[in-house]
Amino acid sequence: MSGVTRTPTHLTQGGTTDAGIGASTLRPDGTLKVTGEFAYSSDLWHEDMLWGFTLRSTVAHAEIVSIDTSEALAQSGVYAVLTYDDLPTEVKNYGLEIQDTPVLAHGKVRHHGEPVALVAADHPETARRAAAKIKVEYAELPVVTDEESATREGAPLVHENRTDDHAGHVPHPNIVHRQPIVRGDAEAAARRADVIVTGEYVFGMQDQAFLGPESGLAVPAEDGGVDLYVATQWLHSDLRQIAPVLGLPEDKVRMTLSGVGGAFGGREDLSMQIHGCLLALRTGKPVKIVYNRFESFFGHVHRHPARLWYEHGATKDGKLTHMKCRIVLDGGAYASASPAVVGNASSLSVGPYVVEDVDIEAIALYTNNPPCGAMRGFGAVQACFAYEAQMDKLAKKLGMDPVEFRQLNAMEQGTLLPTGQVVDSPAPVAELLRRVKAMPLPPENQWETTEGADVRALPGGLSNTTHGEDVVRGIGYAVGIKNVGFSEGFDDYSTARVRMEVVGGVPVATVHTAMAEVGQGGVTVHAQIARTELGVDQVTIHPADTRVGSAGSTSASRQTYVTGGAVKNACEHVREQVLELGRRKFGTYHPAWATAELLLEGGKVVTDGGEVLADVADVLEDEAIDLELEWRHRPTEPFDLRTGQGNGHVQYSFAAHRAVVEVDTALGLVKVVELACAQDVGKALNPLSVIGQIQGGTTQGLGVAVMEEIIVDPKTAKVRNPSFTDYLIPTILDTPTIPVDVLELADEHAPYGLRGIGEAPTLSSTPAVLAAIRNATGLELNRTPVRPEHLTGT
Amino acid sequence: MRVKFTVNGREQQADDVWEGESLLYVLRERMGLPGSKNACEQGECGSCTVRLDGVPVCSCLVAAGQAEGREIVTVEGLADYAEQRAQHGGCATGACGAGTSVDAAQRWQAKPAGADGQTGEQVKLSPIQRAFIDAGAVQCGFCTPGLLVAADELLERNAQPSDADIREALSGNLCRCTGYEKILDAVRLAAARGDAQTTGTGA
Repeated sequence: MSGVTRTPTHLTQGGTTDAGIGASTLRPDGTLKVTGEFAYSSDLWHEDMLWGFTLRSTVAHAEIVSIDTSEALAQSGVYAVLTYDDLPTEVKNYGLEIQDTPVLAHGKVRHHGEPVALVAADHPETARRAAAKIKVEYAELPVVTDEESATREGAPLVHENRTDDHAGHVPHPNIVHRQPIVRGDAEAAARRADVIVTGEYVFGMQDQAFLGPESGLAVPAEDGGVDLYVATQWLHSDLRQIAPVLGLPEDKVRMTLSGVGGAFGGREDLSMQIHGCLLALRTGKPVKIVYNRFESFFGHVHRHPARLWYEHGATKDGKLTHMKCRIVLDGGAYASASPAVVGNASSLSVGPYVVEDVDIEAIALYTNNPPCGAMRGFGAVQACFAYEAQMDKLAKKLGMDPVEFRQLNAMEQGTLLPTGQVVDSPAPVAELLRRVKAMPLPPENQWETTEGADVRALPGGLSNTTHGEDVVRGIGYAVGIKNVGFSEGFDDYSTARVRMEVVGGVPVATVHTAMAEVGQGGVTVHAQIARTELGVDQVTIHPADTRVGSAGSTSASRQTYVTGGAVKNACEHVREQVLELGRRKFGTYHPAWATAELLLEGGKVVTDGGEVLADVADVLEDEAIDLELEWRHRPTEPFDLRTGQGNGHVQYSFAAHRAVVEVDTALGLVKVVELACAQDVGKALNPLSVIGQIQGGTTQGLGVAVMEEIIVDPKTAKVRNPSFTDYLIPTILDTPTIPVDVLELADEHAPYGLRGIGEAPTLSSTPAVLAAIRNATGLELNRTPVRPEHLTGT
Repeated sequence: MRVKFTVNGREQQADDVWEGESLLYVLRERMGLPGSKNACEQGECGSCTVRLDGVPVCSCLVAAGQAEGREIVTVEGLADYAEQRAQHGGCATGACGAGTSVDAAQRWQAKPAGADGQTGEQVKLSPIQRAFIDAGAVQCGFCTPGLLVAADELLERNAQPSDADIREALSGNLCRCTGYEKILDAVRLAAARGDAQTTGTGA
């Protein structure tokens, strides 16, 4: 597109075919990223472009009495001011599962920060100042903020006239979705228990806090369509939601992925996409929107905060008898991914343990709190926090070692989940616990030096709050189970286009998918797969866009499995066509063309015995083989809405953590000294990236254990800390050494035996840290994040 | 207003700068240097770290007018800056008290953009840039430019930092992807290789 600079580029990487799968190949975008040249979505630029800005509601729940935009429109440099009335079609809502989210508020606002109006101007500050001159009159309504206020008699309804698929199955219109799971007879089993423990747990609202803010550039096209360059997790899901609101066919909304500065689930829902397109189509000019951090906290959904009630029983020899639980997830004002989060929370609520008799219920609420949806771990995180606390409670009550207790009840291949599904690939839960426990412990009193205490290594750090006087150490363990891929019957496919041709005398491959590279390393792995399957050195990764079929979402730990699988599949078909061409050209010269298993290696056609039959360059000459193919994993099925039974998941991912903490008991400050992880990855396609993902996921779990929480005022439902000053994410000083032990037990159903890895480490690190703090202090601590006042009792 | 300063060794001038514009905005939107990132614009995350007369600052908190007549190094100029330092045995600007004079530094010019490491052409990288790639310290990469500028300044002050020194120096730079372990690895690696290996290249 002329006039656009800093657009995504093709990533070409040379290398040798031993930089295939299993090698710690370096990122093809690494050089661009370290030189500052990589084009993130907030770096896009177009000559003559305008800046968009979103006016957001200052109240959580209100009727909109009036909106007056005249003064804003009169500002010099302002090109357009849009409200709900300016939307071009009858489609005015969007949503991942339920189309309940207004593009711009109409009639009422349902949460603090909801988009109300849009401005396009020639300078971002002009746009902000014009937005401040839009007069919105609100008539405030009472808010619902928790289960009690949302479901009591006469509670205000967040959505008055629900017609979605879940509306008929829920006991109250302020419940988005409900999933019970009943298996065996929990009541009868409870009578066999020698000990029973119960607990109520609270999980705070976590934010993805990706570093690159929501941003993008919409460029109006001559054909009446629009070209959108944006950071997202799933281009085709965006497209499906954007096109109807704009009143355009999907082929007139051309989307290209721009550089994505992290995602973690926060980019599954739309943010500026439709807003940017509306402003571009209205003004006829390119429009760039970049959220600042304050707006980013309102621009994406968060992790569901949760309240969880658990009851477990065990016999005196340490066998679990039953589990009952109720999980209440706060979905906030719009549904987003809440139904699927409920499915995960319920089906994984028992954790990686054998419990045959269960009684489970999970619900997600509609409230006037900020909307919640996808975040790394997706429903399994909250449950893991609770069931792992329960395991420690039971072990303590039985006088058993907490790791041995877990191992005694650990699931394995063949175990039935509460949904009745058989775990049909390795489930090395006891082994992961053994490995993490076997790692050497960090030395005691690391802060002690010959010159006295190095306070930098103590809780409170350079603030000199302690020199070690009231510091106690604790150790805690946790393990978790996460499903990989989209579950419950979702058609979770991916598409890859692979082209092979001869350039400059050597065969090269181009891989084109719509996969969102969000930092996880998919571009690296795709090149590795192409090298392995096609025996080429040089692979070019085409920018992700909607000119190729959907790759599905970069979420649910699925992208290497599914789009990696699609690339592998496309490469295999390309290879077969190369070999077929070779047979036609050279088959008469050597019998192995007809009889042997043939491979492509180092630019040559070779037999499985290693005999070279031809150069691929001579086979192809000036012909290119270019195939676009879809690929699917095994189908899943929905959970029964009454019993929760069904083969709902594709694959599982397991990780275990051991946390070592030091707590200043006088001041309530925690220093996490070490957070060791053992994870089964099936097959490490890129060990360097695998460890990076495990350490990153572990750190996000650490964050929610001790510092991260979006605080919503329970009376007004307003967000109180939308900034990096007040919403704290771990710094390099807060993050300990994270030794990682990677286990590779192949899943025979998955490409190369791999297991999705991105989410599992986020599950168990939080409860491990909590367990360690409990171990250090003797306190019960049923809430995360732990704050100083919880430790000091003040 | 008009603001004149030196960016990556080159005299630059920005016209029609609004009084409230940050140095970050001017670099990104007026100078065409988007390497410095805009993650919080509140001085909390360090993604926009540049050197102002040798000192690492959050460019989002510096009003563009405050940069008048001063010298700025961004991630885009880091490789040349490190090369100058290696050749002159000190800091490239002279602002750290030893090595290259201010006069010499002012004559230093960043190379024009265009060479592309991804297409096989060799791109010059500073040791810290090379180490970040090799150690796997780059994932989404949004925090990387700010971390590189901060880490390079650390290594200039302290060629053999301890882990505690590295943590202290980088504590103002948030990263959400890596868990920091590989960032520590990268700084250790760059320290072990030393500044002499400035002319590493992208591959």
